[in-house]
Amino acid sequence: MAEIMKVVTRNMDVPDQHTIAVAMQNGAYEQLKKALEMTPDAIIEEVKKSGLRGRGGAGFPAGLKWSFVPKQAPKPKYMCVNADEGEPGTFKDRVIMSKDPHLLVEGILIACYAIGIRDAYIYIRGEFVEPANILQKAIDEAYEKGFIGENILGKDFTCHITVHRGAGAYVCGEETGLIESLEGKRGQPRLKPPFPAVVGAFQGPTVVNNVETLANVPRIFEHGADWFAAIGVEKNSGTRLFGISGHVNKPGVYELPMGTPIRELIELAGGVRGGRKIKAVVPGGSSAPALTPDQLDTQMSFDALGAIGSMGGSGGVIVMDETTNLVCVLTRLLEFYAHESCGQCTPCREGVAWLKKIMQRIRRGQGKIEDIDLMLEVAGNIMGNTLCPLGDAAAMPTRGFLTKFRAEFEAFIKSGANAEGTPMAGEGAVQVSVPAAE
Amino acid sequence: MEFSPEAMKEVEKLLSRYPIKEAALLPLLHIAQREFGHVSLEAEAYVASLLDLPAPRVHGVSTFYTMYNKKPVGKYHVQVCTNISCSLMGAEHIVKCLEKKLGIKPGQTTADGKFTLSEVECLGSCGTAPVMQINDDYYEDLTEAKIDQILGGLK
Repeated sequence: MAEIMKVVTRNMDVPDQHTIAVAMQNGAYEQLKKALEMTPDAIIEEVKKSGLRGRGGAGFPAGLKWSFVPKQAPKPKYMCVNADEGEPGTFKDRVIMSKDPHLLVEGILIACYAIGIRDAYIYIRGEFVEPANILQKAIDEAYEKGFIGENILGKDFTCHITVHRGAGAYVCGEETGLIESLEGKRGQPRLKPPFPAVVGAFQGPTVVNNVETLANVPRIFEHGADWFAAIGVEKNSGTRLFGISGHVNKPGVYELPMGTPIRELIELAGGVRGGRKIKAVVPGGSSAPALTPDQLDTQMSFDALGAIGSMGGSGGVIVMDETTNLVCVLTRLLEFYAHESCGQCTPCREGVAWLKKIMQRIRRGQGKIEDIDLMLEVAGNIMGNTLCPLGDAAAMPTRGFLTKFRAEFEAFIKSGANAEGTPMAGEGAVQVSVPAAE
Repeated sequence: MEFSPEAMKEVEKLLSRYPIKEAALLPLLHIAQREFGHVSLEAEAYVASLLDLPAPRVHGVSTFYTMYNKKPVGKYHVQVCTNISCSLMGAEHIVKCLEKKLGIKPGQTTADGKFTLSEVECLGSCGTAPVMQINDDYYEDLTEAKIDQILGGLK
């Protein structure tokens, strides 16, 4: 069975690790000192060599992203830390910010030094009041110690970090939506190009990195890029903080080497509650198409999950046992995406709203068999036709559920059952018998 | 309608953190909600005046984000997550319990103005589902008994 590997989470069980005194006893800011002795180029090279990929969802190589920012720019450059953790099933960044905020701060500082950034904004979702307060306190302490501010550690490096709270909009987790929101606007994503590395926040070149991505950076400098690159599987190096939720006995955040088979994570999480069978597993946040029970030996890496038509996404794993009513699951998902669509792009605004309405009709027991193909057609018209990935994020799980679990959706429609207002799973959930596959 | 002196100090500090004034809009709307209880049109106009923005521009922003309450809410704003992970773990039952105990439906406020009940999207605490947020605080691994205890502790 897989073993937990504490790289990012190493000190998270230490009492009071969120305070600078305890964090420094455990080595906080030592890697910043080391990094400030290196050239910015050497830092970026080291991060490139480590193979660190973005942990927010897309898995883009972090070092490469940093290298896209022009060295000499007429406008100031900015760092936006994406702490807008809102992908359903994802709850890892909250843990990092609450338990070891100085690890994140140190990662931000190393990145800003390497890219030549003086101002970093941590865009944290508005609901995370407590983590934002912990983070702010950590930043205040780091200012006092001279790790943040003017001429950090006596060097020619000045950097300020500001905590910026969002206000409840999933789309602000998309990097250009985040930038718009940071600028005090509606969080409506921008047309790309230009990419944020060229024109981002306040018209300046901007890097948007996820919390977990930056929390890995100090560890890369502590142990070396080669060490980091040796963890995990090829092109998917390091660990990931997998958040597992749903019908397992011990849900929570588990740090495991990238590429661990999904089945082993489920075992680590105590297996399925009540010894029940698994019906479906979402491997990387709600936008990732669900896996069937025969796909659970798949490695949890960006590439392996991508190769079977799903994605590693945000590392949020949602386990659904055999009592789960997938009609209720897909309806609820589409209600979410329709609610969160920012309204700019017609395929997303109208398409996702229609997908939701059709699924609600099916859930009420008024669906038609043709609805399944109709939904697949609508989903196909959304895919790739919107400014940001929110449209795809709704279309992908729609396609996933309707194709992989088509028999269940057909059986539900034929039964005429009404599942509105019923539990999604467990006692009281509407069950339909699905004819065995031929 | 004016911010308290403490809030004005916060505003000043905030303005120093951004290269453009209007970037402080979201934080200022949070302060307005804290100071005035909800974000009314009047509050939006006041925030607009602090940032030299047209009031409709502020209205366009405040209505985009779900956390700004456009109407007054109760002293305790009970927000239950009903997204996937919470619903798989019985969020629907939690909402029903709260409806029964508070005597209101989601979107309503009790007659004494003490509680408002809302259903919200994923709160990012899926490992401890079902979850609700009351004002700034999260309450996790909810059960019916736990809800009794939590509500009983709110004066």
